[in-house]
Amino acid sequence: MSYRSRLKYGIFPAIITAVFILQGFSGKDQQFSRNIFNSLSPQDTIKKKVRWPGSFGLGRSAGQKYIDSLDIDVRPDGQGLPPGAGTVKQGQAIYLAKCLVCHTGKSSRGRASAAESPGPALITDSLSGARVKTIGNYWPYASTVYDYINRAMPYNAPGSLSPDEVYSLTAYLLYANKIIPADAVMNAKTLPRVKMPAEKMFVPDDRTGGAVIR
Amino acid sequence: MKFKSEEKQKARALQQKGASAEQITTTLQQKDAKAEQIVTTLQQKDASAEQIATTLQQKDASVQQIVTTLQQKGAGGEIAATSQQKSGTRLKKTQIPLFEFDTPQESGISLPAPNGSKISRRTLLAGMATAVVVLVQTSAGKAFQAAVPERELYDDPTKKLGPPPGKLGTRSPHEKLFKLPSGTSSRTPLQDLYGTITPSDLHFERNHAGVPAIDPDKYELLIHGMVEKPMIFKLADLKRFPSVTRICFLECSGNFRTGRETLSPQEICGLTSQTEWTGVMLSTLLREVGVKEKASWFLAEGSDAAVMTRSIPLSKGLDDAMIVYAQNGEAVRPEQGYPARLLLPGWEGNTSVKWIRRIELSDQPFMTREETSKYTEPVNGKYRQFSFTMDARSIITFPAYPAKVEKGWIEIRGIAWSGRGKIRAVEVSTDAGKSWKLADISGPVLDKAHTGFRYLWQWNGEETLIVSRAIDETGYTQPTYKQLQQARGAGGGYHYNPITAWIVKRDGQVLLNPDRA
Repeated sequence: MSYRSRLKYGIFPAIITAVFILQGFSGKDQQFSRNIFNSLSPQDTIKKKVRWPGSFGLGRSAGQKYIDSLDIDVRPDGQGLPPGAGTVKQGQAIYLAKCLVCHTGKSSRGRASAAESPGPALITDSLSGARVKTIGNYWPYASTVYDYINRAMPYNAPGSLSPDEVYSLTAYLLYANKIIPADAVMNAKTLPRVKMPAEKMFVPDDRTGGAVIR
Repeated sequence: MKFKSEEKQKARALQQKGASAEQITTTLQQKDAKAEQIVTTLQQKDASAEQIATTLQQKDASVQQIVTTLQQKGAGGEIAATSQQKSGTRLKKTQIPLFEFDTPQESGISLPAPNGSKISRRTLLAGMATAVVVLVQTSAGKAFQAAVPERELYDDPTKKLGPPPGKLGTRSPHEKLFKLPSGTSSRTPLQDLYGTITPSDLHFERNHAGVPAIDPDKYELLIHGMVEKPMIFKLADLKRFPSVTRICFLECSGNFRTGRETLSPQEICGLTSQTEWTGVMLSTLLREVGVKEKASWFLAEGSDAAVMTRSIPLSKGLDDAMIVYAQNGEAVRPEQGYPARLLLPGWEGNTSVKWIRRIELSDQPFMTREETSKYTEPVNGKYRQFSFTMDARSIITFPAYPAKVEKGWIEIRGIAWSGRGKIRAVEVSTDAGKSWKLADISGPVLDKAHTGFRYLWQWNGEETLIVSRAIDETGYTQPTYKQLQQARGAGGGYHYNPITAWIVKRDGQVLLNPDRA
């Protein structure tokens, strides 16, 4: 068989087969073709679930004790706050002992403030026009103060504070930002009632893509 | 016929080659003797190489002294401000080695590396400017190390046997690829990369209390809250579920810098990287625990020392969210969340919580620190919250500072990406935005992924501005700084994705146009 005729007889069946396959993909079996072409898409994996078992039987159920040992979050409505309480005075003492080493009360521009007061990133007395975001001018919920100190502070010993200590520090910082009075006591009932000045400043994201720049 | 004559020719050629093979064998035997001679010479040279190494160390120390003196003298103010960005630039300009030299110890040279590990004598020699270590092997199979001056080695690589196959690949000592670290983040060298996948060791980093050390055998993911059946999954469980692999970018939403001409893409927006991730769809796991009807959000919590948390709308969790355990073909690296992390394609990097240990379903957001006092941005006197999606952006990575170019044909290259889907087009201007041309994006164009673009340009040698802008499939066009400023009434903050313009100077030096235009 000549090279030319080989080409001739080889290519024709190939074209016919190709047409046949393409027809098969585009026409009769759309489900099949979709799976082939979208096999890398996560969406497709979700769709395939119809054929999955009710459960894969992997993992184990979590008991309440296990959940409680990890479930440390506190919501603005107070859910998650533990028993305990703290005062402004107690909070100031703990602040001096455990926080001042980092939150020195000196701003980056070298402006010194009283040694016993919190650092500039934590307090302010003005809601607008301030260059530094603080608890007083920027934090929308008091619960976040408790939650964050509890989970991440002090930086060199995270998670080491007792609920009473965290309530006390929260009280002190809210007082230092002129949000609660000096004699306020913070606990699971009083903390969710603290209204933060910055709450009204927050708006949800309104960007949607498309031509408009937001 | 054509075929047969060709075969005959081939046969003849083969016969001739047979003869030459014998000649080669003879030559090889002769060369073998020569090789042994070379080896002896090399051994002698080994001693001088070490001398050179020692001299270099001494010189290096003096360079550092000079640098330090210069810093103290010249840039007192700059140093006082402990700007990581600046220290990074200094490093680049002066080319200080990334490890500092100690006095050589008696037992050989042992040096502290940036990661705290020791650098061996061998590594040191290999990294030296004028000396490298090679394995030399004779035909008898005798192999040993010998140090040779670099110039001699690279004069003709075909005359020197290279090292045998090893356990781990290496980068060529000629390739200097480094992240640019600060106290809280580390940036990808976008200007040094090709294609769109970020090598795992160059993936950007942002963490809030360091990189935790997690034992994969003890790792557990708890899913609880508004679910039918709270469950714990071990790493092995996660790996047994149906897996998904996808490519997408991951970008920190605080990824914009400007202000001076000498900023590289790495410094301007190096907090974006791209990876092929593998893991299990979060929807697959949520199916196992059974989501209660009223659930609308979930909390994702990491097991780092900040126990970092973000609230995520459940709709994203059921859409394309994943729990990933692999990055570019291997286990996720510790800096990227080993052994498992959340991955929310197209969303600000902070929401893709690393080292994830807990997911709690809820009917409201938790208002954690990272979604209230951080990762919110000023917009017309208010603070925009839960701004998750990364808008479309692009940057020319070549030519870009610190590159210097020559007149003539230049392929302008860069990356474009959008958290809202695919890149539809990238436009390039070589006349400061007066006219725009479509760039070639014929490489892979994937959903929520860095997309490479190229534009062939003949530079006439005159000073000009070169600019790129991305257009995504929603029809969004990457804005200018001014457009963003006007729309938001703010000149910065998270989610700032303006067009980057590069000045090409007459001498070929490329600089960032720092004008907030």
